[in-house]
Amino acid sequence: MQRRQLLLYGAAGAGVLGLTLFVGWWRVDGPGAPEPKGQRPLPLSAMEFRLTDHEENEVGPGNLIGRPTMVFFGFTYCPDVCPTTLSDISGWLEELGDEASEMNVVFITVDPERDTVEAMAEYVGYFHPVIRGWTGPEDQIARAAEGFRASYERVPTEGGDYTMNHTASVFLFDAKGELVTMIDYHEPREFAVPKIRRALTEDVEGAT
Amino acid sequence: MTKRSYINGLPLVLLLSGMSTPAFAGSEDVVVENAWSRASIGVNRPGAAYMTVRNTGEDAVTLTGLATPLAMMPEIHESKTNSDGVSSMAPAGEITIEPGQSVALEPGGLHAMLMKLQEPMTEGENFPLTLTFSDGGKVTVEVPILGIAARGPEG
Repeated sequence: MQRRQLLLYGAAGAGVLGLTLFVGWWRVDGPGAPEPKGQRPLPLSAMEFRLTDHEENEVGPGNLIGRPTMVFFGFTYCPDVCPTTLSDISGWLEELGDEASEMNVVFITVDPERDTVEAMAEYVGYFHPVIRGWTGPEDQIARAAEGFRASYERVPTEGGDYTMNHTASVFLFDAKGELVTMIDYHEPREFAVPKIRRALTEDVEGAT
Repeated sequence: MTKRSYINGLPLVLLLSGMSTPAFAGSEDVVVENAWSRASIGVNRPGAAYMTVRNTGEDAVTLTGLATPLAMMPEIHESKTNSDGVSSMAPAGEITIEPGQSVALEPGGLHAMLMKLQEPMTEGENFPLTLTFSDGGKVTVEVPILGIAARGPEG
C-alpha cells in the first residue's frame, strides 16, 4: 500500500516535472516563445506608421518602397553619436556620388517632443541633401521603432534636461522593402559603402 | 589606458608643504593635440569637443574637470554602444593618464560635452577650454569650431 502510494506520488511528480519542462520549452523555444529582442526588422511593407517629413509631407513606410532605403534613428539634441552618424552617412553618400540620389535616406527622431518638423528641417539641412528627417506623434514613432526592432529610452540628465538612449545602427533595405543588412555604429567606410552598394544592386536584380 | 583614481588630497598636501611657486605633479607635462568641435544650432542643444590629451611626463595625471566661458556645464562624457546596437551617454568621471600615454576624446567615445551654451558655436570661430588636473594644474587650449558635419580635426 505504502509502496503503491509512493509510486503514485512518483508518477505524479514525474508528470508535473514533464509538464513544467514542456511549458518551459513551449514558452522559451517552442511556438509560444516571445519574439526575441534585437531580431531582424520587418520588411517595410509589413510596417505601419504615419509621420511627417521635414518638408511637412505626410510619410510612411509605403513611401520608401520602390527605391533602396537607408533608415536610422536619433535625435537632434544628441551632441556626439547622432551628428557623427549623420556625417558618416553624408560621407558614404558622397562616395556613392550619383548613385546616392537613387536612394531614400531617412533619419527618424526618437525625441519628437523637441524635434519638431522645423527643428528637423534645420538640422538635416546641414548634412547631405538626400537625407530626410521624419518626426511625428510619440505613438507613431513607437510603432516605427517597433517595426525596425529599434529601441529608445528617455534618460534624465543632471541639469534637469534629458537625453535619449537609442539604437544607433543603420538599416538598409532593397527597393522591394526587404532588409538587406545593417550597418553598425562606427563601422568603417570600407565596410559600409559596399553594403550600401549591395542594397543598390539588389534593386537592379529585383527589377530584372 | 584610462582608469579612475582619486588623489584629491594632493593639492592640499602641496599647499601645506609651503611651496611658494606652483609645483604641479605632472600636469605641466600634459600636451593637448588636435582639438576640434562642431558648430551648434543655437544654444539649446549641447555641443561637443574632441582632442587628444597626452601625458609626456613621468607621473600619472588625472583629469578632473573642464571650464570654458562658452558653456556653464562642461563635462567629460562617454558614449557607449552595447551589443544590441543601442547607444547611451554618461559622465565619464575622472580620467587618469599614465606616463607616456594619451587619452583620445573622439566621436562615439569620450567627448567634452558642453552643456548650457552661453552663445552659439559658430563655424570658423575658436573658444578656450581649460582642463583641470588633480594636482591643481590647468591646461587651456583654443578649440576651433568646425562645421556641424565635421568628422575630425581636419573637417
